[in-house]
Parts: sequence; C-alpha cells; structure tokens
Amino acid sequence: MRKRTVQLEPAVFGTINAIIMILLAVVTLYPFLNTLAVSFNAGLDTIRGGIYIWPRIWTLQNYKAVFITGTVFNAFYISIARTILATVLSLFLTTMLAYTVSRKEYAFRKPITVMIVMTMYFNAGLIPYYFLIKDLHLLNNFLVYIVPGLVSAFNMIVIRTYIGTLSESLIESAKVDGAGDFRIFMQVILPLCQPVLATVALFVAVGQWNSWFDTFLFTSSKQELSTLQYELMKLLSSAMNSNSNPALQNGADPNAAKAMVTPLSIRAAITIVASVPILVVYPFLQKYFVVGMQLGSVKE
Amino acid sequence: MAKPVEIVDQKAAVQPKKTRKFRRFKNQGQLMWMSLPVLIYVMLFSYYPIWGWTMAFQNYKPAKSFAQQEWVGLKQFKFLFTDDGFLRVLRNTIGMSAINMVLGFVTAIIFAILLNEVKNKLFKRSIQTISYLPHFLSWIIVTGIVASSLSVDGGIINEVLLKLGIIHEPILWLSEPKYFWGIVGASHVWKEVGWNAIIYLAAITSIDPSLYEAAEIDGANRYHKMWYITLPGIKSIVIILLIMNLGWILEAGFEVQYLLGNGVVVDWSETIDIFVLKYGLKQGNYSLATAAGIFKTVVSITLIYAANTAAKRFGEERLI
Repeated sequence: MRKRTVQLEPAVFGTINAIIMILLAVVTLYPFLNTLAVSFNAGLDTIRGGIYIWPRIWTLQNYKAVFITGTVFNAFYISIARTILATVLSLFLTTMLAYTVSRKEYAFRKPITVMIVMTMYFNAGLIPYYFLIKDLHLLNNFLVYIVPGLVSAFNMIVIRTYIGTLSESLIESAKVDGAGDFRIFMQVILPLCQPVLATVALFVAVGQWNSWFDTFLFTSSKQELSTLQYELMKLLSSAMNSNSNPALQNGADPNAAKAMVTPLSIRAAITIVASVPILVVYPFLQKYFVVGMQLGSVKE
Repeated sequence: MAKPVEIVDQKAAVQPKKTRKFRRFKNQGQLMWMSLPVLIYVMLFSYYPIWGWTMAFQNYKPAKSFAQQEWVGLKQFKFLFTDDGFLRVLRNTIGMSAINMVLGFVTAIIFAILLNEVKNKLFKRSIQTISYLPHFLSWIIVTGIVASSLSVDGGIINEVLLKLGIIHEPILWLSEPKYFWGIVGASHVWKEVGWNAIIYLAAITSIDPSLYEAAEIDGANRYHKMWYITLPGIKSIVIILLIMNLGWILEAGFEVQYLLGNGVVVDWSETIDIFVLKYGLKQGNYSLATAAGIFKTVVSITLIYAANTAAKRFGEERLI
C-alpha cells in the first residue's frame, strides 16, 4: 500500500500542479485575448455581448478609426519619440555614471554612490517637484518627458554591479595603452555591457511607453503632446463614469458614429496598439532581465 | 625648541602626500567630467526641490515672493492630523499597502515554489513567460481590463460566478466600498505575481541539489522537501525583501486607486498621493499638500532606516 502511494503521489501532484499553472496562464492571458477579440469585432455587435476570445464579425474598422483621427496617430508618434529618445539618453548617462563609480581609484566614488542611492528612498514630493518643473519652463514642453526621468538609481546599481563582474585587466591594459577613462568607457565598457544594457533599456523603455502621469500633470493642456497612454486613460475614465449604453455616447470622436465603432471597441484597439510593441519585445529579453533583476537585488 | 621642529616635520610629511593627492585628482579629471552631468542633474531634480518644503511652514501664495510669504509654523501639520479627510487617506494608504504586501509576498512565493516543481522545461518556460506579461502593461491598460472584467454587463467575473451559481445577480464590484481594497490587491497580484517570483525562483535554483538528494534518501516526500529545504533556502531573501518593503508602507501607489476609484467609493479609495494631488494641484492649497508629502517622506525614511538596522541585526546584507 505504502509503495503504491509513493509511486502515485508524484503523478497526482504533477497533474494538479500543471492544472494550477494552466489556470494561472488562462487568467493572465484571457483578458488580453478578450481585448484582442473585441478590437477585431464590429463595434455594435460587441455590445450584444458574448465575445470571448474570438471575434464574431471580423472588422478592421476599429483600427482604422483609431488611426484616422489625427489625435491618436499623433499620440502614437509622441509615445514612440519619447521612448526612443529617453532610452538612448538614459542608457548613455546612466552607464557613464555607473562606470565612474565602479572605478575603485575614483575619489568621489563613495559620496556619489550614496547621493544617487539616497534618491531611491526619498523624494521631495509632488508639489515642490511641480514647481520645479514649472520654474524650468518644462510645462507643456516635450522635454518634460525626457529630462526628469533620465537617471534612475536602481538602473545605475544594476549596471554598476555588472561592470564590477567584468575583468579588471581589460581596463588596466587599455590604460597602459594610454586610453583615457572616457575612451575606455566608449570602446571597452559600452560594448561589453550589452547584456545588462538590454535589460535596462527594457526597463526604461517600458517605463517611458507606459507613462501617463507626466502627461496628466504637466502637458495635459497641450493636445499635440498627448501620449498613447493618456489618450487611453481619457477613454477609460469617460467609459467608467457613464454606465449608460456605450454606443449612445460618442463623445470621443464624431467619425466614430459613421464608422459604426463604439468607445468600447476603440478602447480595445488602442489597448492593443499600446501593448503590442512591448509584448513583441519582452519574451526575447527574458534571459537578460532575469539576470538584471538579480543584479539589482544584490546592491552593494 | 621642540615645538617648531615638530611643525616643520609635519609639513615635510604632508607635502608629498598633497602632491600625490593632487596628481590623483588630475588623473581622475575624465572620471569627474563624466560624472558631472548626472551629478548636476540629480542635485537639480532630486535635492533642490527639498527647498520647496518651506511651503509647508508657510501660508504659501504663488503670487508672493519668498520674503513676502506668511510663516505659520506647524499649523499645516496640526490641521493635517486633526483632519478627518487626512486620517481617512492615511488609513486607506496603510490598509491597501498592507494588503498588497501580504498578498504580493504570499502569492509570489507560492507561485515560485509551484513553478519550480514543474518538471517539463518547455512548459515551465512558457508559463513563466506568460506570467511576466502583465508586468509590462501600464496601469491604464490593467485598470481598463479590471474594470471591464468586473462590469455588470458581460464582465467575465460576474458571468463565471453566475454560471457557477455562487451569486444570483451581477455584483457592482467597483461601486461597493467594501470590495475596493480587495480589488486593488487582486489587481496587483495579477500584474506582478510572475515578476515578483523571479527573485524567489532564482533563490530556489541556487539551493544545493544535494540537500534534496539527502532528504530523499532519508525518506522525505515532496512536501517535506518544500517545507524543510526550499522554504528555509529562500528565507533570507524573503526577510530582506519584506523588511525593505516595510519601508514603502506609505507608498500604496496612486495610479490604481486614481484610475479605479469613483465617487461612490471615494472614502475607501483615496491614498495620501491622491490627497496631495487634490489639495495641492487641484485646489491650490500648496502648503497643506506639501505638509502631507513631507509626512510621507519622513515616515518612509525613518522606516527604511529602521529596516536597514533590522536587516543588519538579522545578519543579512545591507540594503543601502
């Protein structure tokens, strides 16, 4: 009897465990697949309900409606611009700083590290920060997306920890050959840091792409600077504040009525547009960011 | 006579050291130039705004210059701690934070342990990749998904519960104050469970496999191994993260509550951050909002300092 349970037990456990895992995957994926289905389903048909993971009446109308209105197209463009610009600049500056504080001979290594790491644990608060942005004339300015978020202490630590794992002799031999620190940084460190830079680039890019609070606070009165996430937020709050039939209120766009699309289906389409760029990229960076997370948790 | 000699001696000893130090600085010129831009940047964006804390001790009016502001001492703080509105947002902040933390830890650890038991590599990898997905979605998208899943007409949660016969008519989830904290907690779990499990999975993989083999020989079953080897194996990382997270107790967040909250549940949904936003930027009561912000920062720093000390006592690595 005992022998039998020992043999049976792993199989039972394995099966139950697999079922739990599959359920988890379903719970994670379903809302996304549902949104995808709604985005490809005819707007008025969706209201009848019963759309799960497959569209009933296929249409590209929702996506056309999204991109035909200049606002969303422009927001898409702004989102891409801020993501690319901020990622490139942030990577360069953060890595450069990480290199300097990774040099053991650097006199200001310790004070600079402490100063940067401290920023992880406190901030002056929203109101003083808002006034700073205002005083710097960054309100309703595209630069407000790029400049304030350029350096993150966490990313700096991740990169510094990684640089610490590189062979010191590489840097030493470059020094012997007469290379200055900047040249070593550009020609030795940057190329070697590619794996960790992939991780940090993903963190920065995702943060930038998903950001809406800065738009909401600092540029909401300038439509040309609106981002994709902010457009989505406006649609979401208008949908949540009215429990009426979504087909009746076409506040978002007069063209929508003509095209037989509803705010619900527009929202689904924008959600897909806003999430697909990240979802396409992240599985390929998986092995990098897992290591990156571990580097970050080691800290000192 | 002895004294001057001593002084001369000292000077002689200092001289070469000074030049050495000077040469050291000279050699580090490039390093300094390289760290300068970020230093200026951090000073400007992280440290300079602390000057704005003066607003909390004034009756700040934007039209007046700094010299003209009326100083009121601790009046704003006194008002804060006698204001029902603030005490309510404080309760909400701590409540939601605690729920998020407990749920976040427990689910991530359970998920990591269960996923570790999956033997098929491809299946394990697929599940893991799927579990990261929501982490990369913005809160805008996640709250949109939450809101439509919970809706009364066609929301999947209500449909499933109705089909299973657990409820007999759809529940207006987002209009019931008593569900709000739970919904916020569940949203966090949905979004972050896979991501939070990364650290634990890594810790589990680094456990010495010979421990398991030895336990097997001693007749331990799967549950014994989980309980006596896996859990103790990740104990130290759990303690570190737990302590570190205690420092963030007032960081219940802003986005979820702001995006999911509505007029009906406002008493249970607003956090300190929303309070600051509402009083400060919407109503122009900058002084009060700054005071609330200062309170949050000071509590956080105190907790993090205490957490750091506690971590040292536990013999774990320092956090800072």
